[in-house]
Amino acid sequence: MGRPSAQRWILAGALGAGALAVAPWILSSAHSGSAMPSGMGTEVIRTSVAASPVQIGGSVDLAASHVVASHVVASHVVASHVVGNNAAANALQSVASVEEYITLSDRCPPSFERLEGDVCKLVTLYDPYTTLRGHGVGGTKTRLPEARDGFTAQQIDLGRYLFFDPMLSGNGTVSCASCHHPDKGFSDDLPVSIGVAGTETHRAAPTLWNSAFLKRLFWDSRANSLEEQAMGPLYAADEMGNTPQQLEQSLQANAEYRRLFAEAFPGSENIALPMVYTALSAFEASLISLNSRYDRYAHGYHAALTQEEIEGLNVFRSFVARCAECHTPPLFTNQQVAAIGTPEPEGRPLDVGAEKTYGSPKLKGAFKVPTLRNIATTAPYMHSGRFGTLREAVEFYNGGRGHAVPEGVEMQLHWHIWTPNLTDHELDLIVAFLQTLTDETFKPVIPARVPSGLTPINHQPDALNNKYASANQSGESQ
Amino acid sequence: MKATLIVGVAAVVAFGAGMYIGQQGESTVITDGSRNEAYGGGFRAEENFNAGQVAASFEGGEVRIVNDGESIQDAVNAASPGDTIRIMPGTYSETVYIDKDGIRLIGVIEEGNWATMDGERRLNDAVLYSGNNIVVENLKIIHYKGNAIMGQAGNNFEIRNNLIVDTGVYGIFPQLGQNGIVEGNVISGIEDAAIYVGMSDNIHVFNNEVFDSVAGIEIENSRHAIVENNYVHDNTGGILAFITPGLPIKTTRDVIIRHNFVVNNNTANFGAPGSTVSGIPAGTGVLIMAADEVVIEDNIITGNKTAGVLVVDHDNASNVTMDPESDPVPDRVAILDNFMMNNGYDTIDELKALMLTELKTGNPDIARAGTVRDGCINNRHRYTVVGLGDFADCDFDNTDNIDTYLLPEPVAAREIDQSEQGKITYLGICTGCHTYTGRMIGPPVQVIQAMYMDNPEGLAEYIAHPVKKREDYPEMPPQDYLSDEVRLAVAEYMLAVTN
Repeated sequence: MGRPSAQRWILAGALGAGALAVAPWILSSAHSGSAMPSGMGTEVIRTSVAASPVQIGGSVDLAASHVVASHVVASHVVASHVVGNNAAANALQSVASVEEYITLSDRCPPSFERLEGDVCKLVTLYDPYTTLRGHGVGGTKTRLPEARDGFTAQQIDLGRYLFFDPMLSGNGTVSCASCHHPDKGFSDDLPVSIGVAGTETHRAAPTLWNSAFLKRLFWDSRANSLEEQAMGPLYAADEMGNTPQQLEQSLQANAEYRRLFAEAFPGSENIALPMVYTALSAFEASLISLNSRYDRYAHGYHAALTQEEIEGLNVFRSFVARCAECHTPPLFTNQQVAAIGTPEPEGRPLDVGAEKTYGSPKLKGAFKVPTLRNIATTAPYMHSGRFGTLREAVEFYNGGRGHAVPEGVEMQLHWHIWTPNLTDHELDLIVAFLQTLTDETFKPVIPARVPSGLTPINHQPDALNNKYASANQSGESQ
Repeated sequence: MKATLIVGVAAVVAFGAGMYIGQQGESTVITDGSRNEAYGGGFRAEENFNAGQVAASFEGGEVRIVNDGESIQDAVNAASPGDTIRIMPGTYSETVYIDKDGIRLIGVIEEGNWATMDGERRLNDAVLYSGNNIVVENLKIIHYKGNAIMGQAGNNFEIRNNLIVDTGVYGIFPQLGQNGIVEGNVISGIEDAAIYVGMSDNIHVFNNEVFDSVAGIEIENSRHAIVENNYVHDNTGGILAFITPGLPIKTTRDVIIRHNFVVNNNTANFGAPGSTVSGIPAGTGVLIMAADEVVIEDNIITGNKTAGVLVVDHDNASNVTMDPESDPVPDRVAILDNFMMNNGYDTIDELKALMLTELKTGNPDIARAGTVRDGCINNRHRYTVVGLGDFADCDFDNTDNIDTYLLPEPVAAREIDQSEQGKITYLGICTGCHTYTGRMIGPPVQVIQAMYMDNPEGLAEYIAHPVKKREDYPEMPPQDYLSDEVRLAVAEYMLAVTN
């Protein structure tokens, strides 16, 4: 036990091969919208690890396993502590033997059926329903739009490692998860996201939950696939600031990634960038949230919602509030672009949105209608993050058609934007209903370690990292 | 000026045949009425179905009586699919929502006393439904702010014989549904469309009277619809067939508008600012915007001051957005014989200008603005038309072969067999906590199988009311929101999975 930190890594690795590789989708957060008792995830994982020394030969004492347990529960926190503060751990990055310990899961994520060749096919409780002309918009019992699926379990799990690996950014500090954090509704808590080197980006990070169903991506609807979308932030100077060349080279130079890519894409000798986009898309398309209390209501168990929440649903879909006309069940988006005229934050110029994408002034200020699933977890709201709370966001629609459109700007507002004159009570009811759309039961686990050896999610330079780690230790993570 | 005029006429003459009525430069093409060529229609049901009963049968269901002073919603909550809710005369101020299948709401009218739903200008919608096989009949609905009757993705609906007055934005609004009828309703005082069929398929709108509204009947982003035998009067615009851009379902095609009275639709537009209908000029009889394969046949279209029939593309419509996926141009609009009189007598400047470009005088019965592809018209010499120069003679003159576009059978609620129900429930819910071998949040499926192998009932019971069994595992949350059948199905499935 001369190298305790190495011992920890080995245990983590063993877990990866044993428990985690089998089931990396462990609920790790307490604020899930399900009926599960809060804190349950933590409890489970700890006990899971406590059991694991038996599986791996009993060579590790319980104290060590407890440490690892916290690695798993809050991996980004503890891992950053270890990597940042422990020279031995840093040295581990270059130790070849470590590479053995990340193994891609051959299990499909929850809600996916494993077919021949570990291909994962999405199965949901909405499958038996019909949908008019296949569009996946309708009422309570409407089939979802067709999903992106058919990725393999290994591609999905490789995508998970890539997603949390800051090596994907130009300077190795931020990962996809920096702005799409699983504990923040796969968004961040910021009005607009912060990219590499602390630069502010231009828009709020949209949630990734249920992105498998989206036909177009980005607020301004400029990408037609998850793969195309992935290339946006990777190479945007103010987001992840990488270049295709650097990304390909850094992955190719990493023996562990070479091995994992070969596992996920059998038969290919080198890592090619399209594989990166495929793997990221595979992971993103596995983020399914369809077990909210609303869903239970929709499937016919009406006691799942309180009287107040049902009244909220009725206001939501009424033709006075008209929310459901664009935020249409079952996804709570109709996937169209709409100009609704929300205000930009003080001092920011008007964001023309989809006008640029389609070259049409009629779409000035138009944005893609976002899903409302897990909306309670993704404040602040709108493309600019202008509204801090759901209540403020809902109130906006009651403020009068075009009330926030800057003077002199000609904006063709969506026809459903009007002045509904909802009462305060009705606004409260809508907010109450929106809370019922929360479901994070299938939240994937954050890897304890990523192949680059960098701190998963956010990798800070040492000086900063010490501060970050101690803040985390005092319970102020997030 | 004179020279231009002559050149203009000469050019038309060069291509036309008769020039007597051609003072406006067009030939008289008398459609050969002996052809009797019937329109084939755009929908092939295996056999045509007699309109009348669309929803699945209510035979054998329970009849629940709601008396004045009681709540309709309470009855809906208590009802099971197949039940009839009979609402006695009286006043009911509530929003009734139906998120289940097979419910018939039927008002009882006694000597002119109706079951009246009164929104008191305070409530949003009177009836909201998302279930299949919903019937709403014989209700008087007044003073709501949103809609009287709104359907969200319910199929096989029947909305019949309702008296609807001033219920806000729409009177009857089935949306995203297939196979439904809107029959025999009397609707007035609506600030958008009295009857609005949105993003739906296989719809029959017939025998209704709609008046004093901004739009009478609107078919929007829908296919295989018939609008017939309606009395549409004193609205801003009478009957509309639209493709509205910016909606998820992008097409309107195969709409037959026949045997309607479209009369005196000259009411000043009182649509909400920004709404699509707020741009409709008062005095529009029938308005086709971007919709394809619309057939207009045997209507009596009189006294509409802007035009009897107006066909426009998106570029010539106000208040519509841009949508690269929606085709802005109406294709194959067919105007068969119609009775038209006294239309266009106080028309809009745009049409006057169009008339001028064709050197026409008189009041337009039929006008086209913008691009229209492959339009046709029979017996055009009967009407004052403008912009129809490239409309051909139609190659059919009736729609007699098509009784209805309703489906031969109601859209079936998909039968979910036990094993499929078990599978979707297992994968959609259970796999969040259980995997086959490894430990996740709950114990491995293998362990559960060992415990319950011959006892799916026991497992089904346990998951409804779980108790903490293992010190080292968290307590399972109850799955009591699943029905008995579903719990048994998922228990059986879970006990049979092999990986």
